[in-house]
Amino acid sequence: MAEIGIKDVRKTYGSTQILHGVDLNFKSGEFVVILGPSGCGKSTLLRMIAGLEEITSGEISIDGKVVNNLEPRDRGCSMVFQNYALYPHMNVAANIGYALKVAGVPRAERDRRIAETAKIVGLEELLDRKPAQLSGGQRQRVAMGRAIIREPKVFLFDEPLSNLDAKLRVQMRVEIRRLHKRLSATSVFVTHDQVEAMTLADKLIVMNKGHVEQVGTPLEIYHRPRTRFVGTFIGSPAMNFFDTTIAAGGDHVLLDGIVQAIDPVLGGQNAGTAVSVGIRPEHCRLVPAGTVNSVPANVDFIEELGSGRIVHVEIDGLSFAVSVEEDQFFEQGAVAGLQLPSEHIHLFSQETGLRLDDAPAATRQPAPKTVAA
Amino acid sequence: MIERTPILNAVTYFIMILGLILILGPFWMIFTASTQSLQEVTAVPFNMTPGGDFLKNVHAAWDRANLGPALLNSLITSLLVMVGKIALAALSAFAIVYFKSPLRHVFFWMVFLTLMLPLEVRVIPTYNIASDVFQPVRWIIQTITGIELSLQWNLLNSYSGLVLPLIATATGTFLYRQFYMTLPDELAEAAKMDGARPLRFFIDILLPLSRTNMLALATIMFVYAWNQYLWPKLMTTDASYQTAMVAMRALVPSVNALPEWNVSMAGALIIMLPPLVVVAVLQRWFVRGLVSTEK
Repeated sequence: MAEIGIKDVRKTYGSTQILHGVDLNFKSGEFVVILGPSGCGKSTLLRMIAGLEEITSGEISIDGKVVNNLEPRDRGCSMVFQNYALYPHMNVAANIGYALKVAGVPRAERDRRIAETAKIVGLEELLDRKPAQLSGGQRQRVAMGRAIIREPKVFLFDEPLSNLDAKLRVQMRVEIRRLHKRLSATSVFVTHDQVEAMTLADKLIVMNKGHVEQVGTPLEIYHRPRTRFVGTFIGSPAMNFFDTTIAAGGDHVLLDGIVQAIDPVLGGQNAGTAVSVGIRPEHCRLVPAGTVNSVPANVDFIEELGSGRIVHVEIDGLSFAVSVEEDQFFEQGAVAGLQLPSEHIHLFSQETGLRLDDAPAATRQPAPKTVAA
Repeated sequence: MIERTPILNAVTYFIMILGLILILGPFWMIFTASTQSLQEVTAVPFNMTPGGDFLKNVHAAWDRANLGPALLNSLITSLLVMVGKIALAALSAFAIVYFKSPLRHVFFWMVFLTLMLPLEVRVIPTYNIASDVFQPVRWIIQTITGIELSLQWNLLNSYSGLVLPLIATATGTFLYRQFYMTLPDELAEAAKMDGARPLRFFIDILLPLSRTNMLALATIMFVYAWNQYLWPKLMTTDASYQTAMVAMRALVPSVNALPEWNVSMAGALIIMLPPLVVVAVLQRWFVRGLVSTEK
């Protein structure tokens, strides 16, 4: 159990800057998920906490103690790697117990703790097997067992589920969450899978191009994405956008010439601003063509999900995805009416990419433009 | 390639059998010669069928070349060279692959360059150093401080002298480097997270994983060391340090002596045996170590 403090941490490789000053604080026992597209620096950040990557500038502290110059073994973290990194020549028991062996724990004590750990991760039957004789999910469990046995202050997970098939991934996700509940050590989990991120996180951190875009609970991030990027990245299918300008009155924008109501207070402050209007597919409504307050839209194609369907419609060259209920059917090529409920509309400044009602205009900063390789 | 072409198959087999004869023919000659008497072996044309004097010839060769101690010397030096080469190769490749020192590429290529400098090329300077190991050290100390030291270490006529100059190995380092590079980086990182220091990682993880690689190297290096002639010949004047290869010299008929090729061949057969055994025993790992790495 430990708090983690990250203060203005930067990372450069030669002339390429990977992290541009990251400030974060993780509470003790929290399950933190860092989410971002590949190359956003999330793994680098995790590896810097672990001590596998040098910190170019800034400060990382664990439990109030600055760890910048500590070796990984002295930081009290354990890590689960993406490809598990099990020792191929050792059996499961030896893999799990290696850290204790290195630490010089006597054999009897070691065996007892290996047995205990194996029970937690459900490997009692497999202790004599070599990693090559295990399935993907079992290897994953060994990797977790290896992390647990040291009773670390901090667990670090580097995309541990991305090598598993979809079904196993869901199962392991539940197990990781259960494990966290049981051990309640501070956990940092890196992933590019938003479903994993949403389901696991107490605190979700969205990163892009070496910047932290937003920190919050999964629900905060889903309901109030701070930037257009976060809006696009969270939610499946992705948020729909169209670019327009807030009308002079400040209470509406126009989509294909038809009035779409927006929050009048917010709009009033920003009348005339060029904005990206975002709305999630699950918040759009499809109604029979010609209904009041609806925009006529051509049904482009339909993705069937069983429990519902995603209807892709097209309005004047803009395409919108709309999630509809199981009992709503639409014909390809037909015309329907699209409604955008004003309470679900997100407004982002076209200039900065920031949410309009996020911060007072004075403290708003331009969106990150630097591109990391 | 799987093709159904009987003619091509016949040609392929013909070439393979021809190759086999070319390779095995000389060995058969050595064997038959070693079983014949002096009259038979000098007969023209050479008779390719075995005679009945094998044990007599072996006995004569053993006594004449004093093969007992010579074989022991060969075995000791070859094993030492083998172990030394593997240890040095594993460690230097470890340094080159796992430690991010800025000069590691320079060092690697310097090691690699020595492939072009076999012992035969550098035999005179090597002899010079072997006869007085601290010569360069003395020279450096003298030029820097002006103090003249009387540090002396002579390697001539000793096992260290037979072994040390042969231990450096570019081939082994290269083979080990390639092997380490096939291992995922996460393995080292996982060991780091588990608290293992570099040497611990080397001993607990790298060495066991490189077993096949090590045995392949052992095979090559043992045979290499066993077959050394020039260096042992140069540096052992004391007969008690003679290796089998050097002792063999006593069996080659000189100009005015009896042309006892039967005895020479019997000696050659004896000397050939240990490397043959090593290759036969280790060949399974030898092939695996060179072809692929264990998953």
